[in-house]
Amino acid sequence: MKKYLSFFRIRFNLLLQYRGAAYAGMVTQFFWGIMTLLMFHAFYEADPNAFPMTFRQLSAYIWIQQSTIALLMVWFLENDIFEEITSGGVAYSLVRPLDLYTMWFTKNAATRLAKATLRFLPILLIASLLPDPYRMSLPASGLSFICFIGAMLLALIIVVAYCMLIYIATFHTMNPMGIRLVATSMTEFFSGAIIPLAFLPTYLRTLLEWSPFGSMVNFPLQVYNGNIQGMALLQGLLLQLFWAVVLVWIGKWWMQQSLKKVIVQGG
Amino acid sequence: MIELENISKTYKVSRRNAGFKEAVKSLFKKEMVEVEALKDISFNINEGEIVGYIGPNGAGKSSTIKIMCGILTPDGGRCIIDGMVPWLDRKKYVKQIGVVFGQRSQLWWDVPVIDSFELLKDIYEIDDSVYHRNVKELSELLQLDTLLRTPTRSLSLGQRMRCEIAAALLHDPKILFLDEPTIGLDAVSKVAVRNFIKKINETRQTTIILTTHDMQDIEALTSRIILIGHGRILFDGSLATLKKRYGDYKFIRLEHRGGTILPKAGLVVNEENQQIVKLTLDQEKLSINEAIDYLSTQVDILDLTIDPPFIDDIIISLYKEYHI
Repeated sequence: MKKYLSFFRIRFNLLLQYRGAAYAGMVTQFFWGIMTLLMFHAFYEADPNAFPMTFRQLSAYIWIQQSTIALLMVWFLENDIFEEITSGGVAYSLVRPLDLYTMWFTKNAATRLAKATLRFLPILLIASLLPDPYRMSLPASGLSFICFIGAMLLALIIVVAYCMLIYIATFHTMNPMGIRLVATSMTEFFSGAIIPLAFLPTYLRTLLEWSPFGSMVNFPLQVYNGNIQGMALLQGLLLQLFWAVVLVWIGKWWMQQSLKKVIVQGG
Repeated sequence: MIELENISKTYKVSRRNAGFKEAVKSLFKKEMVEVEALKDISFNINEGEIVGYIGPNGAGKSSTIKIMCGILTPDGGRCIIDGMVPWLDRKKYVKQIGVVFGQRSQLWWDVPVIDSFELLKDIYEIDDSVYHRNVKELSELLQLDTLLRTPTRSLSLGQRMRCEIAAALLHDPKILFLDEPTIGLDAVSKVAVRNFIKKINETRQTTIILTTHDMQDIEALTSRIILIGHGRILFDGSLATLKKRYGDYKFIRLEHRGGTILPKAGLVVNEENQQIVKLTLDQEKLSINEAIDYLSTQVDILDLTIDPPFIDDIIISLYKEYHI
């Protein structure tokens, strides 16, 4: 375990040094959040009754999503890993007494946490200074905040485990572009990253809420808002746990199968 | 220490002819060709040996190394190294080996070399005392002290390779695999790397398996070579045996004023460039005296040198002999 922790530490420390990228990211995320809110505002003006959540809740949803974007967006993939697979550098990882799945998982988690750590506070601070309906609001209650932290952690595990499947698929396709494009754009819509799942038609919404995608973004952000409480909250956390276990298990199994067949190219 | 028996490996490779039509056709039906990279590879290597594993490009050297490192699973055969099957006991097995792939880097690109070493310390769970002793010893032998605090990306190739080799030895491996460790290095770095490898073998009794195209590496380091071609072992023995087998040849370089040299048994013209001729003399058929006598009757000699065969030439004639 210690080796993965030190791997995590080095990666985390390294990424904290990229301040330029962090500033640029903050500005982008802040303006993206503003634009999204203005767009929703136009819909809200047209018919507030057709809105499935209050505008304040929507603001909190958007701001948390933008400030923790590095944690929950599937498209934050590690180019190093694709590079390692397609160039054959993975040979070096395989001559280490390490579990490749755990190592890559750690690497992804470290990158995401490091990026999010640098960005989330400034964005949330500025967002909480905005005028009322656009403002970032406090969590519904202390309890929902604690549950929100738990749900975010589980969501991070689900997202990374899902990304692992994309990496492993690259062992078979050799070119990551196709599968990357399909998997990331599909997930962005299904997980509630573009619009909250509450805006979708009921049947689609129910389906997605039960799928691993709903557990990635929509669920933790709705927990913050207090839109999900009581039994539904417990059920949602259990569902997240279920998907985390299933996705990690599939990834580990698939990795094992792939490594048996892997042919390190060249050299 | 290392036992390989009847190891074989086949790859499936897709092939198509050039051209747009062929490219479209291969969209629907891919022609897969089976390539036998290794057939029936067997050898034993004892503890403390340095073995040069040589062969032309595509002969199967890297495949064998990858099998011995536990990265590649062979289709058939038996391979026991240090009492383990590399690809089955991978995680446990790789703790006993050190690997340097000359064409890839194991050091972290953006951080100082010492950070990569620290990470390897945790990965291999190396004891503090062992780690510090090894870093000290290796940095003395390879003159690394200033390099260790430099990020990998700002090292020259020669400096980087010295660090790579040190990185592979931090955990006191019993076996060291070096896949083209001197590729692209200048003369000074090559000599430094060779001396170091020799020293490590002597002081630590590390078994070393080395693939290279540089015959000077072989000459300086190994007493035993295994030659592989077309996935088979063609020669396994000492360098001395190999030299004796091909040592009865001499190479003659001759400059003359004009005329032609008629062929003669034991004397083969390799290259003829106006007035400069390069010949191979087979001493079993013709002595040096006879050769010079004969040549002076043929042309008006300006200059003449006689050289023993280089090991490169021996290898080329070996390749020729086995049609690889």
